[in-house]
Amino acid sequence: MKYIDEFRNIDLVRKLTELIYKSVIHDYTFMEVCGGHTAAIHRFGIPHLLPENIRLISGPGCPVCVTGTEFIDKAIAYSKMEEVIICTFGDLIRVPGSISSLENEKAAGADIRIVLSGLEAFEIAKINTEKKVIFLGIGFETTAPGTAVTIKLAEKDNVKNFFLLCAHKIMPPAMEAIIKGGTNLDGFICPGHVATITGSDIFDFIPGKFNLSCVITGFEPADILQSILMLVRQVNRDDPKVEIQYNRAVTHEGNILAQRHLSQVFEPCDELWRGFGIIPGSGLRLRKEYEKFDAEKTMPVNVKFREEDALCICGDILRGLKTPEDCALFAKTCIPEDPSGACMVSNEGTCNTWYKYRHNE
Amino acid sequence: MCLSIPARIVSIDGSMAEVSAGGAIFKAGLHMIENVKVGDYILLHAGFAIQKISEKEAEETLRLFEEMNTSLDV
Amino acid sequence: MKELVIHGINTDIMNDFISLNHGSGGKLSRDLIERVFVTRFGISEPLTDSAILNDSGFTLAFTTDSYVVDPIFFPGGNIGKLSVCGTVNDLAVSGADPKYIAASFIIEEGFPVNDLKMIAESMAEEAFKAGVRIVTGDTKVVEKGKCDELFITTSGIGILKSGMEYLSTGGLIKPGDKLLINGPLGNHAISVLGARNKLSFSTPVTSDCASLNHLIKRVLQNCKEIRFMRDLTRGGLATVLNELTGMIGMGITLNEDSIPVDEPVKGLCEMMGFDPLYLANEGKVLIVAGAGEEKRVLDILRSDPLGKYSEIVGEIIPDKRKFVILNTSIGGKRILDMMSGLQLPRIC
Repeated sequence: MKYIDEFRNIDLVRKLTELIYKSVIHDYTFMEVCGGHTAAIHRFGIPHLLPENIRLISGPGCPVCVTGTEFIDKAIAYSKMEEVIICTFGDLIRVPGSISSLENEKAAGADIRIVLSGLEAFEIAKINTEKKVIFLGIGFETTAPGTAVTIKLAEKDNVKNFFLLCAHKIMPPAMEAIIKGGTNLDGFICPGHVATITGSDIFDFIPGKFNLSCVITGFEPADILQSILMLVRQVNRDDPKVEIQYNRAVTHEGNILAQRHLSQVFEPCDELWRGFGIIPGSGLRLRKEYEKFDAEKTMPVNVKFREEDALCICGDILRGLKTPEDCALFAKTCIPEDPSGACMVSNEGTCNTWYKYRHNE
Repeated sequence: MCLSIPARIVSIDGSMAEVSAGGAIFKAGLHMIENVKVGDYILLHAGFAIQKISEKEAEETLRLFEEMNTSLDV
Repeated sequence: MKELVIHGINTDIMNDFISLNHGSGGKLSRDLIERVFVTRFGISEPLTDSAILNDSGFTLAFTTDSYVVDPIFFPGGNIGKLSVCGTVNDLAVSGADPKYIAASFIIEEGFPVNDLKMIAESMAEEAFKAGVRIVTGDTKVVEKGKCDELFITTSGIGILKSGMEYLSTGGLIKPGDKLLINGPLGNHAISVLGARNKLSFSTPVTSDCASLNHLIKRVLQNCKEIRFMRDLTRGGLATVLNELTGMIGMGITLNEDSIPVDEPVKGLCEMMGFDPLYLANEGKVLIVAGAGEEKRVLDILRSDPLGKYSEIVGEIIPDKRKFVILNTSIGGKRILDMMSGLQLPRIC
């Protein structure tokens, strides 16, 4: 497939790996903050190809993993209402809430549907006019503009039964929280698809304020390896900056149209990240003029949510401070079939990925 | 985040398009991009085309890869 | 079966839809069975509770499976065809010669009789292709909502030469033995998914649903060193390989490059975040062949339409940890674990 196969070419991968080996002069720690990168790195067996002194750690890049228990509990509460249809991306269906999960509620008879897009949820609302359709808005800057477009379409078509339960988040404040939280890093493998929307400038503060290297990276093996090479070279030269490796999709200014949709519909707010607590300005909420689509404003629910198992260290894992193997629950009581924390639920959650590929040679 | 793959536009109908990934056809909203035509490649994410893929940049990257000489360190 | 005689009502009429009366055991039941199933399956009268079959002196392989696929019609097949292929294949991979099938139907009230006829027709056609006979069956009708349109259970009997148990247990497998599959993975799962989600996406993919007994028989007749066979249904190749390593206490290496996957399946998997190695197939078999025999097995497989795209995909290795290791297409390595739960479409 075009734009995929060429970047999975084994000779190219060998060349890049050789260059990396030739370039390393000390230890390096790079963090990726994108579930897509976590998955790609492990799916292709990239750690196996790298020299031992390059350490790759996973940050809070999986929106499922950082979605709080309270959000799931609220979604479940809504799903129990007679006239409600919940529409969600597949990622969220197994995330454990305080007591249950959307998957369990679906099995018990709640009308919970997996959709591939906000537009599908919108169609469901237009067909089922007697029901209230609540779309669970998760995802970062890559996904939020799509939700914004959907809300605008609902406004334009005067659709009264479509709602959003919003947990959209934005990356830079979380990355800053990680840096300030003491995680020892040399640089970031920056999320390529977030940057497709936002442009590369949103990461300028990282080298600017904190002297850490940044390379905005694509998702194929050659992309990731080239980025690692670029990061190693930046560190060697002590020349931290933001570079774009993924230039076939990312520009400095990003997708202006998408940004416009986003800012028309959403505004920043403080947001709870599982494992981090509240990070100021890191979430998105509907602007006042679109509040009629906000599920929480139009149909408030009260949920009492339970704190996670004290032994669950998802927070430390999401910050890159610990690895799954440091967790007492990992692979013992916390397994993909029965997850304790969200890191184990999502296919790209650090713990899930580690569990699947835990014996990498 | 961001499972998104390059897909080729096979048909356009107003603000929606059908795009092909290896022959699997998906619907894509074109609300976030402009000036696309059948045959263009876009990045598909959660039912929307989030960017057009620059053929020029992709070819440039691949060309640079070709030219990479592993005897060079810098 | 008890005859229910109702005066004044013409019980000869074949309605368009199954009603609860069709399941009562009376004349309507009999009509249903005769008109939809018996003539098509070639079952001879009188109909008795069980089919008595004379095959003495041989070991009989006996299997059963239920089919609840949704939707019941999908590109490349339907629930009926599936129920015959699935049971035939279960028998064939144990080395048995599939002979007889029993078919039970649980039908939801309101189900169109024409659809039932089409499904029965498919079953008859597939049984003929496989050289098996559907010899007995049962029908039940349940109230609307009590089952999802139609459920089928098939049980099958095959004749087995004694001493072939190793084909199912892997008892003769040695390090160095080679792994083969007879074609691209994931087509069944993707075709069913596409049929279920017509609004979200579409693919040109059709189910690979097929009876493999003739293909397998040719392999067994022409190759001496066949160590193990299993069909790759739910959970896909990765699941079967994990089951195998568990049974034999050895490891497996698998070469990603040699595993065939059709382009649209690849495209869909990339978009949804699925792994083709875990997707269900209904016309694929894993064969373990003794080292040195694999080329011959490959030739025989490839000379058959159901094995045109066969490949040698891996090898048995001594490994007490019993890992299934994938050598990725870019030279990396990763462990293929047992599938943990259904694969779900992701945005992330």
